[in-house]
Amino acid sequence: MDTHRLLMKLWKSLVALVMGFFILNVAFMVAAVGTSSVARRWLGTWLPDGYTFNWYQTAWKEFQLDSVLWVTIEVVAAVVFLSILIGVPAAYALARRDFRGKNLLMGLFLLPLMIPPITYGIPLATVMYQAHIAGTIFGVILANMIPAVPFMILVMTPFIEQIDANLESAARVFGANTFRLFWHVLLPLLAPGILAASLLVLVRTIGMFELTFLTAGPDSQTLVVALYYAVFAAGVRAPQSVDAMAMVYMAVTLAWLLIALQFVNPTQLVSRVKEHPKTA
Amino acid sequence: MTGAGPSSFDRSLLLLVPATLFMVVLFVYPFLYGLQLSFRPMEGNWLANYTQFFTTDNLRDTVWTTLKLAIPATVINVGVALPIAYQMRHSSRFQKLITTLLVIPLTLGTVLIAEGMLGYFGPKGWLSQSLQWLHIYEGPIRLTHNYWGVLISLVISGFPFAFLLTLSYITGIDPNLPRAASTLGATPWNQFRHIYLPLLVPGLAMAFALSFVQAFSVFPSAVLLGSPAGATRVISIAAYEAAFERYDYSMASAVAMLMGVVQLIVVAAVLGARGMFYRGPVSGGKG
Amino acid sequence: MTSNFSELRLDGVTRRFAAGKGAQSFTALDALSMTVRRGEFIALLGPSGCGKSTALNCLAGLLPLTDGSIWLDDTRIDVLPPEKRGFGMVFQNYALFPHMSVARNVAFGLAMRGVPAAESAQRVQRALDLVQLNAQAHKLPGQLSGGQQQRVAIARAIVIEPPLVLMDEPLSNLDAKLRLEMRAEIRRIHRELGRSTIYVTHDQDEALSLADRVVVMKDGVAQQIAEPQRIYAEPANLDVARFMGYRNLVALNVRSAGGGSARLAGSGLALTARAMQPLAGGQAMLAIRPEEFDLVSSPVDNSFAAQVLNVEYCGHDNIVDVEVAGGLKLIVRTTARLRVGDPITLAIAPDKALAYPVDAAAGLAP
Repeated sequence: MDTHRLLMKLWKSLVALVMGFFILNVAFMVAAVGTSSVARRWLGTWLPDGYTFNWYQTAWKEFQLDSVLWVTIEVVAAVVFLSILIGVPAAYALARRDFRGKNLLMGLFLLPLMIPPITYGIPLATVMYQAHIAGTIFGVILANMIPAVPFMILVMTPFIEQIDANLESAARVFGANTFRLFWHVLLPLLAPGILAASLLVLVRTIGMFELTFLTAGPDSQTLVVALYYAVFAAGVRAPQSVDAMAMVYMAVTLAWLLIALQFVNPTQLVSRVKEHPKTA
Repeated sequence: MTGAGPSSFDRSLLLLVPATLFMVVLFVYPFLYGLQLSFRPMEGNWLANYTQFFTTDNLRDTVWTTLKLAIPATVINVGVALPIAYQMRHSSRFQKLITTLLVIPLTLGTVLIAEGMLGYFGPKGWLSQSLQWLHIYEGPIRLTHNYWGVLISLVISGFPFAFLLTLSYITGIDPNLPRAASTLGATPWNQFRHIYLPLLVPGLAMAFALSFVQAFSVFPSAVLLGSPAGATRVISIAAYEAAFERYDYSMASAVAMLMGVVQLIVVAAVLGARGMFYRGPVSGGKG
Repeated sequence: MTSNFSELRLDGVTRRFAAGKGAQSFTALDALSMTVRRGEFIALLGPSGCGKSTALNCLAGLLPLTDGSIWLDDTRIDVLPPEKRGFGMVFQNYALFPHMSVARNVAFGLAMRGVPAAESAQRVQRALDLVQLNAQAHKLPGQLSGGQQQRVAIARAIVIEPPLVLMDEPLSNLDAKLRLEMRAEIRRIHRELGRSTIYVTHDQDEALSLADRVVVMKDGVAQQIAEPQRIYAEPANLDVARFMGYRNLVALNVRSAGGGSARLAGSGLALTARAMQPLAGGQAMLAIRPEEFDLVSSPVDNSFAAQVLNVEYCGHDNIVDVEVAGGLKLIVRTTARLRVGDPITLAIAPDKALAYPVDAAAGLAP
């Protein structure tokens, strides 16, 4: 009996240790990037000799971060907005109606979330280059919408299913036409779901590398792609300025992640997963 | 379930049109286009791309190289995620904290992780210095620009995903089931073995399949952290090179198709194996 | 665990939930003490939140005790984990293992005890015979109806021949007709097997019809432990009376009290009542069941005049709202055919009019 409890304690400690080790290393990794970004010089010692914020200025100019940030904002905003526009109506139809081929359609919407972006990104880039929209911000936006629209549908459909369909019937019985039904009843009820889904799409799109990488031109790169190129050419530039840029990327991502986590459950970022009903 | 007559039936289904159109034009069509393009190589017969792939060393070997990275990474990710997620199956502050912390590497993405690893895991980084200082290892460590760098990065970016997915499957199992088992005399180990495990197999298979697919399509890490010309020349690099360095879109499409096929084979095998197990609901009755 | 025990004793069993920072801790179960004799059927009855499920989970070992102890004869069992106590338990949502057939579900407890396959198969078959489900032995729980799942859950709990069977609101998820049928089933199984049973419910009909003794609970405290007849006719306090259907609850002035009875007056009434608890102060709560009023043609002892306000037809009888002279409204159940506005005279036997001290906290609302 005691050996059993001892084993359980050992096991629990092991689990905590593994998790702690993982998280600690990731934290130190991030800290290393941060330290390097403010280091005057850092060559193989524990800590740099001297600190400065100059690298941020250098990176800003070198990597044209102002225009890159602007492109990122444009792309992300457009992707979120357009995904809401075409995704929410689709989610509504899927939540409220049954029809032949519904499962097939749902499967079609789920595919981009199961297939990794690079697999469908290459054929997509090929088509875009033929159509001469690759290399433009328009092309980047379209490419990023491919995983975004299904994700929006995936999050919104169960959300809408949860809204009592009788509310809409009640509104109609009391005289609301379609527009008023939408404006006064549906929209307020949908708003929290749309907010949550938008934040999730936003955070995911900021970090979406492969699709933008394959379809962007030199002046339609998002922050994460610009970072890749900077790391790629790191031999030529000072590592501290690359790290400074990495910190900027991290700051932007984490800021939005923190905002998103106020409204959503962390597991929802992983998509594919419905909230299971708990029987306590 | 549907409303009144044909007119309202039609109208609400129209809501699906923009999204469906979008998916067909931007997802299905490029895929079909790429498929047929792969059978129209720049020179040779319709199978030339594929024969060239399987006869060229640095193309054919990419499949094995990628599998050598993806399968161990997935086994580690899912294998470690299971016991840890099981341990944290009860909702608690610890669980919430860990979940939130793990979302961070997930969101930061592979590029940032690669960049961070170059500094931290590099020969002059903090990890190397700590190991030397603790006399665990002499000399600088070699964990970057090789196979290990890419593998570690796949674990760092893939483990949170596998963990969160597994955790959601575990918490989806009715907690009354192991309680009932305990009243019938099942020890905690028996509860895991007879109740949780059989009910988890479908979810674990899904987690494995999804994690594998992610790992198999590794790209920026293989370039930044590996040695893309040699030991970590993964299949996505081959596709990229064909498209953007040689402008051979036909070949690039062929490689992309092969990528998809290999992923499909592994996923089908895993899901096929899971089909032999229980696949129904994971709660114990009405209520 | 032997099934030949003579008593199960709960001694001051307490369960407190420690709350978060700043908030109070919540006492779900407050010093429950009682003794269960072998073969007894005990019902834990009360509204939701009263602690009955907590008590059951503590007995099963699924919740640790904050205080007190539980004894099976001379063995202290609250220190044992559930898998070592050997009690059978039927969960509210049945908790049938969805990936195992009916037969494997029922055999699970035997498998955990290492019972050899041949003996296990025999015992499983007998258990399934008892609940009349042998034809479904190879089906999965998902293929069964609610009532069938319930019977599997019962079979699974009794096949291990436990000293005690715990049932947590097993009928609450069934429709009304099925509930009545299953109630009869549970009664029959208890008669045939004679296993000590502790049964949690919020339905007083279930408790009264199934139990040898009923424990009425409220806010974690046992309000009364007695046979069903006594709970029905002699509720120990106002809370029990309220819960058991004494729908007429009136605060009246005490004119005199002594020797177990009291004279109450007010709101147009002057009645002799039975004092269920010592009455202090000038006021008391009168509790009367709607069914206990007698319709009389002329005033007798303990009667009063009233006027019919509303008649609700219930088939066998009527629920009648009446108004007494002072504006007081009462509810009466009678087979008599009355019409709105009829003047009537109602009488109540003194031992059916129960008087309790006024509950300052709960107020006067029935």
